[in-house]
Amino acid sequence: MGLLLFVYPFVVKDAFWQNVAVLALVSASAAAAWNLLGGITGQVSFGHSIFYGTGAYTTGYLLVRYGLSPWVGMAAGCLVAVALGIVIGFPVFRLRSHYFSIATIAMQQVIFIIVVNNKALGAATGIELPLREASLANLQFSTRDLLPYHLIALALLGVSSLAIWLFMQGKAGAYVKAIRDDEDVARAMGVPVRRYKLYALALSAAITSLAGSYYGMYSLFIDPNVVLSLNLSIAIVLVGVLGGAGSLWGPLVGAWVLQVIQEETRVRLSGAGNALDLVIYGLLVMLIAVVEPAGLIGIGRRLARRLPVRRRAVQR
Amino acid sequence: MSLLELDGVTRRFGGLVAVNDVDLVLEEGDVVGLIGPNGAGKTTLFALIAGSLPPSSGSIAFRGAQVGGWSADRAARAGIGRTFQIMRIFKSMTVLENVMVGSYLRETRPARARDLAEQVLETVGLGELAGQAAANLTVASKKRLELARALATQPRLLLLDEVMSGLTPVETSEAVELVRKLNQSGLAVLLVEHVMEVVMPLSQRVVVLDHGVKIAEGTPAEVSRDSAVIEAYLGDQHAAAGG
Repeated sequence: MGLLLFVYPFVVKDAFWQNVAVLALVSASAAAAWNLLGGITGQVSFGHSIFYGTGAYTTGYLLVRYGLSPWVGMAAGCLVAVALGIVIGFPVFRLRSHYFSIATIAMQQVIFIIVVNNKALGAATGIELPLREASLANLQFSTRDLLPYHLIALALLGVSSLAIWLFMQGKAGAYVKAIRDDEDVARAMGVPVRRYKLYALALSAAITSLAGSYYGMYSLFIDPNVVLSLNLSIAIVLVGVLGGAGSLWGPLVGAWVLQVIQEETRVRLSGAGNALDLVIYGLLVMLIAVVEPAGLIGIGRRLARRLPVRRRAVQR
Repeated sequence: MSLLELDGVTRRFGGLVAVNDVDLVLEEGDVVGLIGPNGAGKTTLFALIAGSLPPSSGSIAFRGAQVGGWSADRAARAGIGRTFQIMRIFKSMTVLENVMVGSYLRETRPARARDLAEQVLETVGLGELAGQAAANLTVASKKRLELARALATQPRLLLLDEVMSGLTPVETSEAVELVRKLNQSGLAVLLVEHVMEVVMPLSQRVVVLDHGVKIAEGTPAEVSRDSAVIEAYLGDQHAAAGG
């Protein structure tokens, strides 16, 4: 799978499909990050665009205002996102299940309103990033061939997945799964529940912020109605759920499907922001919920089990 | 200093007094049975000791520290392990993973947490099932798993909430043996149980609750002769007829 994604931009030179791939990789990172909190820890957040926007805005602001390298901006965005995550998470994690989810929507609206009323952050119009010389240091490349954008997005996804995988290996992984299964029992077994929810949120926020930073640099325009929108928060959730909540490859599969739908509807129906893509996507998610709650990855596993010849140990 | 010392512990829910002015002392190595009719406040008393519920008044001291009002995870770290009345296993995990959540409390390294979990599973007789999905276990095995999880936190005091109800007679006697074995290794046990055949042979002392009040305490033989206990269990006509 990884190899396929690596070879892809060398083979595919069509601008549309190159663009789809880059966007899919970026949204896969964000969805993988959401999945750590929503799928694995069981805390379904509808406010993840907060962290995505934090990354994009921090990087953009530092670049425009102080001329700082986007790489510095990415790192700074991570720190701000983690801090913001802890400040938001501390009170909100007192709430459970649906109440938690509703509170994250409220937080998302609060942050959105603060930003669109802040002149230094470009208010409702956002921040336009300056076009600079194409180089790795500037994180800008020629748009004629998206190969470098693709490879960096792939590296970003790789690093994100590795970080999540490492987090899941030891005590933290066991604890967050226990929290999802039964919070009270986890607590009775000595799990400091809120602290581990905050750990999961911190890592999730950092990775989502990286994805947001990179998206900002890729599109060179930071629009609050995109990077801080409820639509984006929902899209991140949908990608995670469609692909398969709780699995590592799920978000990547979900992201591909969503990006293709999004770009196809945009091109064919020539209307941006009419949310038709989300309607189609929502229908898909409903179908998934009825047919296979483990998502597309779950369907894939089921098919793999039916093919005895190519049978391999399915790792979870 | 006693292992556990309850002094005038009371818990109210609105107008209802679920636990009323209860005194109780447990020493290291004790096995104490807690019995009483339905709604007597046994499970509430457990929750008070295990930290999931703060007492309205009174003090709960565990190894000299005031634990009343502590969070459940802090109580677990202090050495109070518990099982739940309704089986609440982690259903997405294997048997071993369930137990490892417990063993991580005192063994941070995965390999050592795994060793400890495997050891505990052997002790409770689930060694063979370590790799199974916990959700597929039988009732008896789930109860053992509950026990294993609590043991993996390496408690000094084990609170068992009806771990033997719903078991067949053979399974029950096996479970009694298991608790006895654990106790012989020095673990203090406070057990809530409906099944008298379990409480009586296992407990050195029995405490009887009724409507939240401690109505009797003594050896199993003393308690089963106590007229207040007979009255609570069988109604006052029987007590009157007997007396």
